[in-house]
Amino acid sequence: MIWRNDRSRGGDSTTDLATPGPSDTPAPPVAPHSAPPLPVKIVIAGGFGAGKTTAVGAISDIAPLTTEAAMTTESIGIDRIGSGQSKRSTTVAFDFGRVQLSTDLMLYLFGSPGQDRFRFLWDELLKGAIGAVVLVDTTKFEESFGAVSHLERSGVPFVVVINPFDGNLAHHPDAVREALDLPMTIPVLVADARDRNAVKGVLMALVRHAMACVTARPG
Amino acid sequence: MSHQDLSDELFRTRRLRPYLITGGRTEPRIDLPIETIVRTTPEGTAMLSTLNHESEAVVMLCVAPQAIAEIAARLHVPLQVARVLVGDLVSSGHVAVNEPIAPDRPQVHLLERVLEGLRTL
Repeated sequence: MIWRNDRSRGGDSTTDLATPGPSDTPAPPVAPHSAPPLPVKIVIAGGFGAGKTTAVGAISDIAPLTTEAAMTTESIGIDRIGSGQSKRSTTVAFDFGRVQLSTDLMLYLFGSPGQDRFRFLWDELLKGAIGAVVLVDTTKFEESFGAVSHLERSGVPFVVVINPFDGNLAHHPDAVREALDLPMTIPVLVADARDRNAVKGVLMALVRHAMACVTARPG
Repeated sequence: MSHQDLSDELFRTRRLRPYLITGGRTEPRIDLPIETIVRTTPEGTAMLSTLNHESEAVVMLCVAPQAIAEIAARLHVPLQVARVLVGDLVSSGHVAVNEPIAPDRPQVHLLERVLEGLRTL
């Protein structure tokens, strides 16, 4: 099989036979016809270049994959991108990865563009999600506003993460909290999106926060 | 036909007209969240001859269970196309999907399992 030899992403020695060519990384071997694991998901949000795909790739079992979603007619109406466009004329590509947490639990990590005009994708990704991580590039605060507002409105648990580019922490977490007008209940963390352990820590912080949200929920 | 050939063909088809392979349909027969894990049934692999190339590719791919998003990415088709194909294959018994989890947020006991899983990574 030619595709095995021309994959550029190395380090994966899986012998899985079921994955076809064009994707970069074959799926890890899973016993055929066994009960599939339960999927859970977390959304990684942030502006362009904030490190979404880097964070996904740092912890994912597979190199991040890319797929694209088409905006529905209804979303186009809301979005006011032209009128009368066909469904396939407006699409958004997004990256994702996955982490096998146990034999019966699979965590999917979806990177989502933060811009308001991709709200249709947001709603799809956030439905049933554990919560979201908002990656903040402190040189471009404004790109985080849309994601934070949307998450606050929709009541989805989220944490805010400052990704210190080149080890340079441009803003203290307190300053970021103030700039984004975040209540004290929302965790603000600092984590290098390239660092697997740092990303793992962020995900654990989000899950703990989500547990606190569930516990605090009235009724 | 090999996986490579199938995928190449899908890719060409998609470049022409993504929804051609779904007969123009954009909505699947059943609700399929993006993280729904799809697996090929034992019957599915035995009934390959009844399928068109695109659906055959899905059935062969899902011998290793994977999510709707992965199917779309690996076969280079838009998400909705993957959904329609999988919806049809569930109806015909070639593949099975896990029960969708509660539409609301995951409950505490599930979150505890996730936390434990992350801790042991």
